[in-house]
This record gives sequence, structure tokens and C-alpha cells, in this order.
Amino acid sequence: MIRSEILKEIAPILRDQLVVCNIGIPSQELHAIDDQASNFYMLGTMGLSSSIGLGLALAQPKPVISIDGDGSVLTNLGTLPTIGNNTANNFILLIIDNGSYGSTGDQPTYAGQKTSLTKMAEAAGCDRVVECQAEDTGRVLQDALDSGEMTVIVCKCESGNAKMPVITMDPVTIRDRFMGAVQA
Amino acid sequence: MNIDQKITDDLVAAKIGLVTTVPCKQLAGVIEEVDKHPEILHIPANKEDEGMGICAGAWMGGKRSAIIMQNTAIGVTINTLATLIQYYRMPLPMLISYRGELREPVACQVEMAVHTKALLAQMNIPTYHFHKQSDADELPMILDYTFMCNKPVAILTDANFWGGYGDQ
Ligand SMILES: [Mg+2]
Repeated sequence: MIRSEILKEIAPILRDQLVVCNIGIPSQELHAIDDQASNFYMLGTMGLSSSIGLGLALAQPKPVISIDGDGSVLTNLGTLPTIGNNTANNFILLIIDNGSYGSTGDQPTYAGQKTSLTKMAEAAGCDRVVECQAEDTGRVLQDALDSGEMTVIVCKCESGNAKMPVITMDPVTIRDRFMGAVQA
Repeated sequence: MNIDQKITDDLVAAKIGLVTTVPCKQLAGVIEEVDKHPEILHIPANKEDEGMGICAGAWMGGKRSAIIMQNTAIGVTINTLATLIQYYRMPLPMLISYRGELREPVACQVEMAVHTKALLAQMNIPTYHFHKQSDADELPMILDYTFMCNKPVAILTDANFWGGYGDQ
């Protein structure tokens, strides 16, 4: 399974939650599959999906799912200790780990080689870390929501992208309707 | 009341409920005050762009936020300022220790000091420079201004403002 197939499968779960989605093709795919006001699409700033999601989860009580990638987590590795040391039980970090920089042409990341993001999250102090195969993502994500505990999910999948249009929505529109969904 | 307490009280009076910090020697006192204030959630960050992401999320979640960092971080955060904070029009007060100014003992700090105001000007970031302690009287107005216009705003605080480097 590739990322877009996972997103299609978990879209019914994501629909009712606040979602912060990683820059580039992941946001384009989620936007094309199931655009919702409760989705915050990142148009820039690679690496900060987990940080934005953590800040959002710490500030209000609704569940927050940050969809991140292996390359993006690697570029902002300092996020894992910050998440591990500032428990927000309404926060789920879903790392779609396809072992490549998908948005830039599938160049390999170290996460697809010797580096384990699962072990790094555990070593950083994250208490509930679940590694799963792509096919199990829906079940693991629902479990994480039901657990009421902060969870880092490392979802191992194949690399590859679906051809989706670029998001042309104005960033202030994305942000404004997202804040409306936060308050709803 | 010392200056660290005054700054912290001003943050609270501006309804700032979450502060991320990356430490600097000059900011140690204010970071300590922020940490112990019951109305502020203090989240130390490992890098300033990460801290800005946390601030962005908190603000969208309904909690006003601020970052405390050193001026060297301007070099780290240009992309985040342009493509997150400015692009999505988010308010972000940045309380910045302005290293490399008068009384600076570490020569390398001057290398970023000479770029600090130029970079902030290039980014069209409103910038205030606290040189004397009475300059901090304007902090409440600067915070109101930041949340009025939804922009990142820089407050540079130099060594004279903090009273020098003590034993150095
Ligand atoms: Mg990837």
C-alpha cells in the first residue's frame, strides 16, 4: 500500500477529527480524497506538522491527529523529545513511513535504511508508540483515539504518490475555516 | 518587581497562555518566571522553528502564544516565519535576546548581530529594540499591536537592557 491508499482507507476516521497534514503531496492527497474544514493543510515549512499538532492539542481538548512523514520527522527530530516530555493525551502523531522523500521524487530517507523512527520515538520519551503495517493503520488509529493516550504511530508502507492537483486554496482561508472547526 | 517578573506579568495581561523557549543566558531569568507562572504553559523547544510550530498550533487552538529566543534564531527561522507565520497570517510575539551588541564578550555573537535588523527589515517584521529598562514600558502596547495585526513582531532586548553580562 502507498500513502494515498492509506489515506483513502482512514478518511472516515479522520473526517471527524482535527487533522494537521504534512506539506506537499500528503496534503494534496488528503485534500483530493476528503477535503474538510477540520484539515489544516501545510503549504510550507517542512517538518512542523508534529509541532503544530502538539501546540494545538496542548491548547484545547479535542483530539488532534498530525499526519507526518518519515522525511519530515527526520528534518525536525527535536520534536520527538518535546512530544515525549509534554504529554497531551488528545494528540496522535501518525508517521507515514514510506522510507522516502515522497514529495521530491522518492529519494530514500535513513528511516528506510538503518534508522528506526519507532525506537527513536521510544527513546525520546514517548510512552505509547505503535509500529504497524499499512493495512492495519485504520485499526491502530482507532485504537489510539479510543485509548485516550498520546500515541505515536509509525506506519510502514511502500513509497509512491498519487497524482493529485496542487492546493490552490488561500492559506488564510485554510486557517480560518480550520479555526472555525476547532471552535465548533 | 524585577524586569523578568514585569515581562512575565505583561505576557499574562495580554492573555498569552503558552510560551515556547530556547534559552539564552540573558533570558534565563524571564524563562524561570514564565516557567513558574501558573497561567502560562511553558514548552521548552529544541529549535526555534519547532517552537514557532507549537505557537502556531496553540494559537489556532484558541490559546495566545509567544516565543522567547536568541537573535541567532532569526537565521534558523526565516522559512518558518515566511511560509507559516506570515503566509497564514498568525500573530507571534518574539521576545529576543539581542546578542552581539554593546558589552558583548563573545566575538562570534556579533556576526549574527550585524544581520539581525537587516533580516527582520527584509521580512517586513515590525521590530522594537529595548536598550534601557524603561523601554519595556511599551511591551503591553507591542503585544496588543501583535494580536491586532496578526503578524510576527520582534522585540530585541540587548545587554544594556538586561544590565550587562555580570561576571564576564
Ligand atoms: Mg516519506
